[in-house]
Amino acid sequence: MTLPDKLGRFDGYGGRFAPEVLMPALEELEAAFDKYRRDEEFRQELSYYQTEFAGRPTPLYYARNLTEQIGGAKIYLKREDLVHGGAHKLNNTLGQVLLAKKMGKKRIIAETGAGQHGVATAIAAAALGIKCEVYMGTEDIERQSLNVFRMKLMDAKVIPVESGSCTLKDAVNEAMRDWLTNIKSTYYLIGSIVGPHPYPMIVREFQRIIGIETKKQINEKEDRLPDSIVACVGGGSNAIGIFYEFLEDDVELIGVEAGGKGIKTGKHGATLCAGTDGVLHGACSKLLQDKDGQITVSYSIAAGLDYPGVGPELSYLMKKNRITATSVTDDEALEAFKLLSRVEGIVPALESAHAIYHTIKIAKQMKKDQIIVMNLSGRGDKDVFTIADALGEKI
Amino acid sequence: MKIIRIKEKFKELKKRRECALIGFVTAGDPTPDDTVDIVNSMIRGGADLIELGLPFSDPIADGVVIQKASERSLNAGMNPDLFFELAKKIEKVPKVCLTYYNIVLQRGLDKFARDCTESGIDGLIVPDLPVEEATPLLLACNKHDINLIFLVAQTTTEERLQKILEVSRGFLYVVSLLGVTGARKELSGTINPLIRKVKQASDKIPLAVGFGISNPKQVKEVCDAGADGVIVGSAFVKIIEENAGNKEQMLQTLEEFTRRLKQVTKP
Repeated sequence: MTLPDKLGRFDGYGGRFAPEVLMPALEELEAAFDKYRRDEEFRQELSYYQTEFAGRPTPLYYARNLTEQIGGAKIYLKREDLVHGGAHKLNNTLGQVLLAKKMGKKRIIAETGAGQHGVATAIAAAALGIKCEVYMGTEDIERQSLNVFRMKLMDAKVIPVESGSCTLKDAVNEAMRDWLTNIKSTYYLIGSIVGPHPYPMIVREFQRIIGIETKKQINEKEDRLPDSIVACVGGGSNAIGIFYEFLEDDVELIGVEAGGKGIKTGKHGATLCAGTDGVLHGACSKLLQDKDGQITVSYSIAAGLDYPGVGPELSYLMKKNRITATSVTDDEALEAFKLLSRVEGIVPALESAHAIYHTIKIAKQMKKDQIIVMNLSGRGDKDVFTIADALGEKI
Repeated sequence: MKIIRIKEKFKELKKRRECALIGFVTAGDPTPDDTVDIVNSMIRGGADLIELGLPFSDPIADGVVIQKASERSLNAGMNPDLFFELAKKIEKVPKVCLTYYNIVLQRGLDKFARDCTESGIDGLIVPDLPVEEATPLLLACNKHDINLIFLVAQTTTEERLQKILEVSRGFLYVVSLLGVTGARKELSGTINPLIRKVKQASDKIPLAVGFGISNPKQVKEVCDAGADGVIVGSAFVKIIEENAGNKEQMLQTLEEFTRRLKQVTKP
């Protein structure tokens, strides 16, 4: 059976834990998605924007220099950093903005952590001509000022969120409150495979293209499937995007979470590795929480991984032992960031750098005829200030 | 401990042709030591029922006033154990607990419902638990004879309303506006039709209106529209916030404000 089921469940995870005001809107969204995903005109329009505007398909690049330096498995990079806007996020926002327009909505709201989803929403909204407002924690605004400015340039309004930890989870809270208030006119565009049903399903369906392309490309280049696929996990959208097409295959799927300053310090964002089951932001999934059920503050040098929850489908795949999860610390991610920049001429997003570190680690232990595909989910231009700061350099 | 029943209270008020004044505060705000005194002031002022918030770190249905109260309370060391201890000390009126689902889930549904009973709480409101997801908690609440109270909104369809009415007990929480909790200058114009719609669908369960109601004029409007109860929250919490440094004045202001609200619920 394909999941989620009718209640939006992935075998116990997922569901729709939302205030009553939102319930009819979620039902409306589910019906609209169900209709348009099969609508030929919608599919063609989306395909047009994916190709002509976003720049798909993205290359599956053989990282020869990195592979030779490591001396283990062959490393391929799925270049989602080359998607217009600099990350995989546009795959989802183009799909959802198009859907919002078909539904007759007049305004798009979104939440953002690293700013990549906010930027991708601003891009899609500008391209398709709809008003856009983005909620962002003040802590993240500080960390990602470049993306804040980019959003403004594209005529999106950035609304600072000063509640709680002033990061992604608080931006989600605030966006949900906005949606509760403006439910009739507004489309809430969630950027990851989180939130109440049908969001985890919708976002997955719009991100699946990463895995579909990857499968075709690796077959063309190597005439076989990879041994392992590695992706970083915050909410999990780039991970499910590349994993989904390979769920039935004999391919190891590894999610890499933010180890922050180390899991033992409590300062991390490794929800799959260290979380427990609970309900946050409309869905049951693994969470970082205390024994009473209060959500704890996550931490990562990469704002996009700094979230105390994770997509319910990934929690489910973990429980089924279909994927594994591991964590990489800030320092390790920085090391991988520098290495990839130096040897391949590719400056990765700090989020993706977590996956790079783990890829290198396992590549060393694998044979030369084995293959790893790493999802390079975004480019690192947005992170240069953070990196310079961490390296003690002034720019 | 003896449970004062919501049902009996509404019956008693109906006889007197009064609308119930339901007062909400966040337990533990500004500190757990203040909660019993705060609630007692509201009871002296005439509150008919008390809705006690057990704070959650991420209260998505609440506006900024109750968000801040939740933060103050959690920072002051509030937790579920302490909540039930405080609840036990509140007597004379029916008590309802409001919290978010994850707090109930982590304590265990059965244990949470049992703790409610043991601390004299007769009703439970979980704003992020729609009827589709409520079956496990309903079973636990029914076992321990706790009223699980559901919300209906302007957006609630006829079909959903029927489903909600089937399982609702205690009273039905009618959300007066689209949005989060917090005072509004004007009540939504759609509140009268909404009350009529719900009344038409069922006259078996009392109907209490909340969200945005903050002054005697609005309370009267809601009572006149045919509601059996009116819920005021953020306006009380605001008084607590503004008088956090002067407890005596806080308690006095709360009592007087409650009295002004209660007055207009009488015929």
